[in-house]
Amino acid sequence: MKHLIFTVFLSLFSVQAMAAGGGVHLDHTDIDITDQASLQRGAKTFVNYCLSCHQAAYMRYNRMAKDLGLTDDQVKDNLMFASDKIGDTMTIAMRPEDAKKWFGVTPPDLSVIARSRGTDWLYTYLRTFYLDSSRPVGTNNLAFKDVGMPHVLWEQQGSNKGSRDRRINCSRKCTVINA
Amino acid sequence: MFSGFMNWVDARFPASKMWREHLSEYYAPKNFNFWYFFGSLALLVLVIQIVTGIFLTMNYKPDAALAFASVEYIMRDVPWGWLIRYMHSTGASAFFIVVYLHMFRGLIYGSYKQPRELVWLFGMLIYLVLMAEAFMGYLLPWGQMSYWGAQVIISLFGAIPFIGEQLALWIRGDFVVADATLNRFFAFHVIALPIVLLGLVVAHIIALHEVGSNNPDGVEIKKLKNKEGKPLDGIPFHPYYTVKDIVGVIVFLFIFSLVLFYMPEMGGWFLEHANFIPADPLKTPEHIAPVWYFTPFYAILRAVPSINASAFPGVVAMGLSIVFLFLLPWLDRSPVKSIRYRGPYFKIALTLFIISFLVLGFLGTQPATELYTLIAQISSVIYFAFFIFMPFYTKFDKDKPVPERVTS
Repeated sequence: MKHLIFTVFLSLFSVQAMAAGGGVHLDHTDIDITDQASLQRGAKTFVNYCLSCHQAAYMRYNRMAKDLGLTDDQVKDNLMFASDKIGDTMTIAMRPEDAKKWFGVTPPDLSVIARSRGTDWLYTYLRTFYLDSSRPVGTNNLAFKDVGMPHVLWEQQGSNKGSRDRRINCSRKCTVINA
Repeated sequence: MFSGFMNWVDARFPASKMWREHLSEYYAPKNFNFWYFFGSLALLVLVIQIVTGIFLTMNYKPDAALAFASVEYIMRDVPWGWLIRYMHSTGASAFFIVVYLHMFRGLIYGSYKQPRELVWLFGMLIYLVLMAEAFMGYLLPWGQMSYWGAQVIISLFGAIPFIGEQLALWIRGDFVVADATLNRFFAFHVIALPIVLLGLVVAHIIALHEVGSNNPDGVEIKKLKNKEGKPLDGIPFHPYYTVKDIVGVIVFLFIFSLVLFYMPEMGGWFLEHANFIPADPLKTPEHIAPVWYFTPFYAILRAVPSINASAFPGVVAMGLSIVFLFLLPWLDRSPVKSIRYRGPYFKIALTLFIISFLVLGFLGTQPATELYTLIAQISSVIYFAFFIFMPFYTKFDKDKPVPERVTS
């Protein structure tokens, strides 16, 4: 009952759909922000794959530690590659000018990206890279056409040969092929 | 002890006199209903906004290079900063919700009519200042929607013939919305407009207490008094309506907290998604829409066709849509106040007006397609027709007889 009331209440007011998808159907994802193990795995993936080109400059390492139920030492030993002070914000070494030269655009800060793009968009975006030889980095994306970012998670996901015309659903299947 | 102290004070300041005049011996009609909650709720939200605003100002940086980051700093690093910020952002929308309901009450029960014209005028001025306050406050987080919303609205002034361009430049303090604009908007948002707002609220209440409150029957309770000179259908505001209002406050705070803690963005209505991208003067968002409380007027602005590529007619229409509200006490020529005793013409007109306002509000959030523009134009015509034809349909309406005393 409590859930029902909530769902009705939410659906009344969430009519304003996010236009970030650019017409592509977005896969729905349920993010459970109370599942700390999942959030910690996410943090690991984030610092390993994202936090070299993108920053999260409004987020501090110790704030993240607190939010994800980690000790400062755990974060220092496992999740800090770019700085050494636990109170630092999550910034990177790459200069914005260089980034612009190399990728055509400075990779955006990711501190509040889920709030501007929406979780469904991010979930779809990260899973719909496909091979496209016409692009400088060799890949393209269904949710974000002609994106400057290469397929960073290819080791995890494998490469997908599907074209824009075919709906790609990669994450699980390709990892299996890869393994 | 206490009475001795009060005697000392009262000899120097009319504390007890004011308490009696405005609370314990302010006689309000005994038949207030649901619609009479929203005045006191507006006052509550005003207090919430001022108190949270003070605390936000302690950590916010009115600087184009620092503003966005300082808001995120408040959200993450300032203890309870997220709560204060969400209270303020939710409070902004809550303010308009209660004020719109408060105004709707005035419309259905004819609270703007003689002798309460000044109560209405002060109230409309409050509404006007509130819109300016909300507009300038929305620039402060310095997100994409803050920036481009301000850019669009200020450029409207540029549509005024001859002086427009200079005026827009004078308002911005730069050729585009920039650091100078942010600084002056901050000054207006935290000092100038709140002072004006508080002054107007005091005037609104003093004027109300001078003439006395209207009620759902629209009869003047001061006409019939008992031997002691107290209105027969009146009850003291305190304790009767203070207690009633506390119930309203509690219910309001339930709903307010629900939004605050579980959906502070309200699905993009209270905090727009695009506003989580820092302002970028070089990148215009695909779809610029004002926050929901401005959208009816924004829809009117877009519905009016431009002349010689100038949006001036639209700007005039938008201005008039507010000006007409001010004129309401003189446009309405019915001898009857409350909708309970009005004839069918007014009831139909008011219904169409409310529908057109809601439709315009929806359309203002949407991209202007051909169909939507047509609907917006029809709705705008209805909106203005409500006011323009009011002197006629209210005069010739088949009003019902109004009772001597209030009904329960």
